[in-house]
Amino acid sequence: MDKTVNQKAWLLVLPVFLIVAFSAILPLMTVVNYSVQDTFGNNQFFWNGLGWFKELLDPSTDLGSRFFASLWRNLLFSGIILAIEVPLGIVVALSMPRQGWGVAACLVILALPLLIPWNVVGTIWQIFGRPDIGLLGYVLNHMGFDYNYVSNDFDAWATVVVMDVWHWTSLVTLLCYAGLKSIPDAYYQAAQIDGASRWAVFKAIQLPKLHRVLLIAVLLRFMDSFMIYTEPFVVTGGGPGNSTTFISIELVKIALGQFDLGKAAALSLVYNLIIIIVCWVFYTVMTNAGADRQANKGVA
Amino acid sequence: MHSIPGRRIILSLFLIFLLLPIYWLVNMSFKTNGEIVSTMTLWPHKPTIANYMHIFTDESWYSGYINSLKYVAINTVISISFALPAAYAFSRYRFLGDKHLFFWLLSNRMAPPAVYALPFFNLYSAIGLFDTPWAVALAHCLFNVPLAVWILEGFVSSVPREIDETAFLDGYSFPKFFVKILMPLIASGIGVAAFFCFMFSWVELLLARTLTSVDAKPISAVMTRTVSAAGMDWGLLAAAGVLTIIPGALVIWFVRNYIARGFALGRV
Repeated sequence: MDKTVNQKAWLLVLPVFLIVAFSAILPLMTVVNYSVQDTFGNNQFFWNGLGWFKELLDPSTDLGSRFFASLWRNLLFSGIILAIEVPLGIVVALSMPRQGWGVAACLVILALPLLIPWNVVGTIWQIFGRPDIGLLGYVLNHMGFDYNYVSNDFDAWATVVVMDVWHWTSLVTLLCYAGLKSIPDAYYQAAQIDGASRWAVFKAIQLPKLHRVLLIAVLLRFMDSFMIYTEPFVVTGGGPGNSTTFISIELVKIALGQFDLGKAAALSLVYNLIIIIVCWVFYTVMTNAGADRQANKGVA
Repeated sequence: MHSIPGRRIILSLFLIFLLLPIYWLVNMSFKTNGEIVSTMTLWPHKPTIANYMHIFTDESWYSGYINSLKYVAINTVISISFALPAAYAFSRYRFLGDKHLFFWLLSNRMAPPAVYALPFFNLYSAIGLFDTPWAVALAHCLFNVPLAVWILEGFVSSVPREIDETAFLDGYSFPKFFVKILMPLIASGIGVAAFFCFMFSWVELLLARTLTSVDAKPISAVMTRTVSAAGMDWGLLAAAGVLTIIPGALVIWFVRNYIARGFALGRV
């Protein structure tokens, strides 16, 4: 759609600009300010230049090694949950009933985990996985598995991953369900006349329609899993050892635990930058995909 | 939609997987601590509502819920009323820096709350809003306003431009057109956007906890009190958890017909 040029539109956007700028730019300036200074307490600050950034990006220092360890850990975590949640979400969306009371019931149950406060999600799984009072931990241990998420690295990871699958797969499912619903019945009838197999229908009709919503799903899931803090913090507290310490947990530890403001600020900026770069790629890909679709429509 | 083989089984297993941990929480909330610790029972053998009574009669507990609902409500109202005109502008007009502005808004949705916790603490302490619902509500605007703009823009774009033009020809002023014609047309979109603002403000904990200490303490922070010298009060913790699920469940019920489209950000 061709939009008209109208600079007065800024007046409509101004309130949003001001309220977000208040919450985004002022704090960001504080962070930048901290990141180039050092403090010895008493509110005395000293210019430290790019010192913190050099330390952060040098894996041989303490700060650098912690940053890179949590970065790889977080990337691995994001990779695993994307590999599980996206295919599972698509399969569940394809299994949804088409009409009747079942649809509403499914939607409500699916959306339920998304509306639970994140610390309560952590609490639910903390309880559910305990060998003494939790159903999951109890059953696993009685089946002969030595499952304990407090002391075993692998069990802690498995718990955090399963918790995230429980928490967020519904998001992928709901997005795909919305995409699938927008496919006109005529497409399926045509496929039936052509005698297309189930797999061919999925590949030729459903997957192309899902392309756009899947893009939103993958990137939302990447961002949110990359920023995850509360849920693993409640369940494992980042442990055992540092095995489930993701970037946000490391950051809060440095900032509010040790009160190393300079280090924390430098880490914040690099962390934010990584996310913004990914976000930029996301936005470009999405707008290009939108433009392609518009162009295709024009041809058709 | 063509169904896939074994779809009922897949769907049922997945829904059971979703419900089982929640059931376990509900189950525990009706047990006494003695029953929780001493035996493994699939349902409460001696059901009790003592845990819930404790929460409803102790002010430090139930005020946590009121505080949480306060900042969620303020945030939702601010987000929607600010985002509506902006969504209209982004949908209808081209103006200087529009694409950059839109991207910048989105990039705030992607900012990790952990980055902002400490600067927000400084900022809101400096302007005297620390430990009020306003601090949390404004802080949550950081990610809710961009989201609301994004969702509403999709819904406004689905309203044909001819409707605007006809209204203006009929002599409607801009504010009158906006309130009388546009808003009723995108009512479901406003509902969905409000739902998302509610959702993300309700589930967020890190900022809510950093920006409050005593008076405006959210329920999620109150819940940490169940750890005491006598050990964990599991029953109470479970009951408090169940009560935080209820507002979400109620809200889902109201928007269930629009929820799928909403999750696709009004863009399907």
